Amino acid sequence: MEAGTLAPGEDASPTERLRDFGRKRPALVALGVLATIVLVLIAWKGLHSVAQRGLIGLSTGSIYALGAVGLTLVYGILKLTNFAHGDFLAFGAYMAYLMSVTWELPLLLGIAFAMVMTALLGVVLEKGMWGPMRARGAGILQLILMSIGLALVIRYGIQYFWGTELRNLDVNKTDTVELLGLRIGRTQGIVILVGFITLLGTGVMLRYSLLGKRMRALSDDLDLAETTGIDTSRVILWTWVFAGAFAGLAGVLYGATTQLQPEMGFELLLPIFAAVVVGGIGDAFGALAGGILLGVVVEWSTLFIDAGWKSAVGFIVLILVLVIRPQGIFGKARAL
Amino acid sequence: MSELALPVAISFDAFTSLGFWISVGIFAGTFTIFTLGLQLNVGYTGIFNFGQAGFMAIGAYSMAILVTDKGMNFWVSLPIAILITMGFGLIVGLPSLRLRADYLAITTIAASEAIRLTALNARDLTGGAQGIFGFGDSWDEVADSIEGWLEWLGWSNPDNLAPLLIVVWGVALLLTLTLSKAQRTPWGRVLRAVREDEDAARALGKNAFAYKLQSLMIAAALGAIAGFFLAVNLAFVVPDSFGPTFTFLGYAVLVLGGLTSYWGVAVGAIILQTVLEGLRFLELPISEVKVSALRFVILGLVLIGLMAFRPQGMFGKREEMVIGD
Repeated sequence: MEAGTLAPGEDASPTERLRDFGRKRPALVALGVLATIVLVLIAWKGLHSVAQRGLIGLSTGSIYALGAVGLTLVYGILKLTNFAHGDFLAFGAYMAYLMSVTWELPLLLGIAFAMVMTALLGVVLEKGMWGPMRARGAGILQLILMSIGLALVIRYGIQYFWGTELRNLDVNKTDTVELLGLRIGRTQGIVILVGFITLLGTGVMLRYSLLGKRMRALSDDLDLAETTGIDTSRVILWTWVFAGAFAGLAGVLYGATTQLQPEMGFELLLPIFAAVVVGGIGDAFGALAGGILLGVVVEWSTLFIDAGWKSAVGFIVLILVLVIRPQGIFGKARAL
Repeated sequence: MSELALPVAISFDAFTSLGFWISVGIFAGTFTIFTLGLQLNVGYTGIFNFGQAGFMAIGAYSMAILVTDKGMNFWVSLPIAILITMGFGLIVGLPSLRLRADYLAITTIAASEAIRLTALNARDLTGGAQGIFGFGDSWDEVADSIEGWLEWLGWSNPDNLAPLLIVVWGVALLLTLTLSKAQRTPWGRVLRAVREDEDAARALGKNAFAYKLQSLMIAAALGAIAGFFLAVNLAFVVPDSFGPTFTFLGYAVLVLGGLTSYWGVAVGAIILQTVLEGLRFLELPISEVKVSALRFVILGLVLIGLMAFRPQGMFGKREEMVIGD
């Protein structure tokens, strides 16, 4: 409680001090709350089922995290709430389907194709749509409605070519692997691995590489970054490349563990938004953690409620965080 | 969509059929009422309500549950359903209206999805995916008597949807008139002040939050009324009718007609419904799934195009556009 004593007003009451501590160390408080929840869960439902659900949650969580990191960077840098981001994931999944199932090429090539094509989509849209709109000083509502229009074009473009039927990528969905007595689908295991390696790589890139630092600088304050001589338009393009490639990858991973259908993008959009908000909008590291956290929490909720309600849990987390702590559980208190 | 259709056989026959226009008219009227709420929120108060379909769902489901489950009289159920929906507006608005514009958009869309998922999963109450039907008997009686009057007026054998068309547009025009008048009252001027500069409005002693809340609750009530017409028109309520796409369609109507124009809403609704329904009836040489996909691709392109080149729509005023924070 040392941090609390440094607060203005030495004679503050314990509850005020506690609140002040929470304001200064949100991540620590979040961790404490989470640890308490986990302990209660384990005491109630047993270690095995909590760990088992948690593991499955990691696989959806890494998909959310991959989607969220791109969305949050785009938001942070361009102040664009991209409602079409979920459909970027769907686009990627269908690109992989096109290459690996329709053209019968190896799936790995399909994944690469999905990432390249979705990144390309992001860049083309930036050049053709978002860039010019920003130059004209478009307002929030204009940009939101444009992104919704774009979402409809992508989603129903997919429906036009591939129809509404469920489609499967050519992956093994029946084999399971066992680890410390926990059982998980082999594909889900691969998703966790790929997801975590990519997320780790992203974290390192953002933290240490020049491009990553520039991205975060732009996300903090675009004008200030520009005055320090950063070539902002180049960084913006790279941001779209990252956002697109990760969205494409996340889409393929999601498609591999479930099925492909045109609506999949919209179904993913709100959990991804939730992950972004939990991590603090614009905060890339927060989005990574928020995504994984959300995936696990949503999966844990199925210990208590019917799986049909699962997506509602994501929305409730989203609304609760926005209402209680709109700057996200990791973000510092900022004027909003 | 027959398989035998020639590759280039495009028929415009639908446009000369009365049934087509009556169906378009009913949907356009429903959308007008639905979108009046968005106009009040987005155009005049500057709050981005993306959960209007959720309010519509609450209204329609409340009415259907009260009538079929509780055996309530249809006409009594309507005002009660409106009150319930306004209560939901209050619940959604209280925590979320303090948020910044884009957060509010996400919160309201999540709230409306939570409502739809509840309708899908709370099977005992809502009938799940099968939905609820059998609430329309009282309406059918009224429709019969309206048909009787139409016959007396000289329309031998009126279309059985004609009464609904007349009532939906009667209500839509009445609401449009009322809202236009309300906008010119001191209350309406405060709403605009809140939209232009919330801090200034507050500095003048106006409780900006309360005004925003009222605006959202009235929009919720309008959503509920639109929900009644949708329910009566379809004769059932199912969760699928209340997806976010309905709200997006409402926004397309809104920006087509123009922000800050209540009369533009009706014009936007008629144009959009004519185009979308017209596409459904065109005999294009492609499958039905493709046609329905094409309708929404066009809707998306309309939204993008309008926002890029004419954000104020047909009748809106550019200087009154909410630019956001």
